Amino acid sequence: MKGRPEGLPSDVEARPVVLQVDDVTHFFGNLRAVYAFDLTLHQGELVGLIGPNGAGKTTVFNLITGVYQASQGHIRFKDVELVGMPSHEIIQMGIARTFQNIRLFANLTVLDNVRIAYHPHAGYNLLDSILHTAQFREKEAEMTQHAQEFLAIFGLEERQNERAGSLPYGLQRRLEIARALAAQPQLLILDEPAAGMNPQEIDELMELIHFIRDRFELTVLLVEHRMRLVMNICEWLTVMDFGEVIARGLPAQVRSDPQVIEAYLGRQAAITR
Amino acid sequence: MQNEPKVFFKKESARFIGIGLVIFLIVQFLINTNLLNSFWSGIIFWGAAITILALGLNLIYGFNGQFSLGQYGFYAIGAYTAADITYRWTHGDPSGVAVVLSGALLTLVCYVGIAAFLRRFYRVTVMTQFTFYLLGTVFSFAIAVLVLAQPLGRLAQTILSALPGGLSQQIVFFIALLGGAALAGIVSYLFGIPVLELGSDYFGISTLGFTIIVKVLLDNTDTILPFPEMKGARGMIGIPQWTTWPWVFFSLLLVVMVMRNILHSSIGRAIVSVREDERAAELVGINVANAKLLAFVVGSIFAGLAGGIRAHDLAFLHPQSFNFIQSFNPLIIVVFGGLGSMTGTLFTGFVWIILLEGILRDLPTGYETWRFVIYPLVLLVMMLLRPEGLMGRYELPYLRRVLPARRKTEETEPEEVPA
Repeated sequence: MKGRPEGLPSDVEARPVVLQVDDVTHFFGNLRAVYAFDLTLHQGELVGLIGPNGAGKTTVFNLITGVYQASQGHIRFKDVELVGMPSHEIIQMGIARTFQNIRLFANLTVLDNVRIAYHPHAGYNLLDSILHTAQFREKEAEMTQHAQEFLAIFGLEERQNERAGSLPYGLQRRLEIARALAAQPQLLILDEPAAGMNPQEIDELMELIHFIRDRFELTVLLVEHRMRLVMNICEWLTVMDFGEVIARGLPAQVRSDPQVIEAYLGRQAAITR
Repeated sequence: MQNEPKVFFKKESARFIGIGLVIFLIVQFLINTNLLNSFWSGIIFWGAAITILALGLNLIYGFNGQFSLGQYGFYAIGAYTAADITYRWTHGDPSGVAVVLSGALLTLVCYVGIAAFLRRFYRVTVMTQFTFYLLGTVFSFAIAVLVLAQPLGRLAQTILSALPGGLSQQIVFFIALLGGAALAGIVSYLFGIPVLELGSDYFGISTLGFTIIVKVLLDNTDTILPFPEMKGARGMIGIPQWTTWPWVFFSLLLVVMVMRNILHSSIGRAIVSVREDERAAELVGINVANAKLLAFVVGSIFAGLAGGIRAHDLAFLHPQSFNFIQSFNPLIIVVFGGLGSMTGTLFTGFVWIILLEGILRDLPTGYETWRFVIYPLVLLVMMLLRPEGLMGRYELPYLRRVLPARRKTEETEPEEVPA
């Protein structure tokens, strides 16, 4: 199978394919940011995408979520072609993501941040909202209820009416994940979720990622620099350098791959940490 | 889960509307007893019109984050359209009543069809969309002018002349206001499709261009446009003075309620999320283009309505008063009152007109020029000392965002919350 390492358990291989990135190449002007990139994810997998700075990891995320349109190749989500689709429709199909640098709606309340992600499922139209009809009130209450359930799961319920921008950093990260989940995705894409976290927070994050994967039956793809997180929770890894895949495999295999060590894990500290 | 008693109006709503009605009655009483002479009632009407205009701009700029200088252009479109309808009516030509509304309705139908058609394609460029919608608009109005104007005009004439004069006048005025608002909305939709794609600064510059285009067209209504009654740069006279306090008050109330209700819904949250972070909004599934277009069109409809009200109070329209310099007026009011504060705009809109056009105009002769020295200075001081606007984050209880109560704790299922 393209875009997967050898030797994964057969029960995983038997599950349906969620995301298939097929031979994707992307240029920024004359710069080749991503070259012939393949990736196939089966349902329920937790996969890491790693590589040194500037390797093209975030570009891959942006290609999947329609921020950029791939110059070449195909991206299919449950057999639907995503290349050419506008971002908001991709998200509505069931892909949600977080950002490297947190992008919350800082001046809105914590609850509203989550409710906004619920907007495509609001279930009432402009006329309902102008007249505040019974339909509006019912759906609005439902939406609030759902949003509060998400906040409860992430331990943010107490802070629902606070400004999102005033939350401490770790909670902002959590809120961003809660917001992504409120869009009701099947595939969750996390862009450096542990950036700026201390070791204890990373432990909590690892637990959280496992928990939401199981609770919401998600497939998770994540970019991360912190080896501690990647090596512990990812089922397998794809390593990129200069826009190309240089290795794939189980964390242990990748860790000992000489090419990877040279490109990325060469610093001894990174391995032993 | 909703244990609140089912009431049609919440307490804040009832209080807001109640206080509004009291103000309405007081002002009506003052006007009837002539304690408020026509100069001062005119100032109040003007204040209300400017407030409606500024509320529309606050929706576009304050809540949706799209810096616009086009508000006066839509104000002008509303004013001239409404004025033309009533002017024609009072001069024995009922076709204006028929054309604008039927054209607007046809356009709406066309737009729904075009939207459904375009939805079948991916990556339709904005220019393609624009072309389709433009053709739809031209087609609709061509039908309205060429086919529907005469029969519908006659029909309107027969129906309205059967009614008592006062009532038919009110109906025509209502249609005129509606027509002005609708046309402003349609133009803003057409203009917004290609231009809202631009980043905020470029959008601002384009809207400035729009205001200038409108002004130039108004200067030449009798030469390059087929509206001799608008008399181009000489100014349109003979508009009936039909604006009364009830029209002014209920228009303002309607605008406030519609805007508040939109903002307090999921659609309103989508609009605000675009202001906060456009990319993030897009990547939680918000159709950013739609959200921007909606705010822009609704804001422009408010502007069109304000124009109709103002035109029928002043009874005289001159293109010079829709000059692009004027288009800074609503902007200043919005910034003064606080971006994203409805209360601030409501308050500042009135105060601005009452101060500048009312009180400061009563200065002894020779001193009125000081108005334009005082008010930039006040603006400067304001921006230095209170950049968040006069009202800051304060909103009247009715306009305040509802903060939902916490869930009942016993409902919380014993779900394992990691750390």
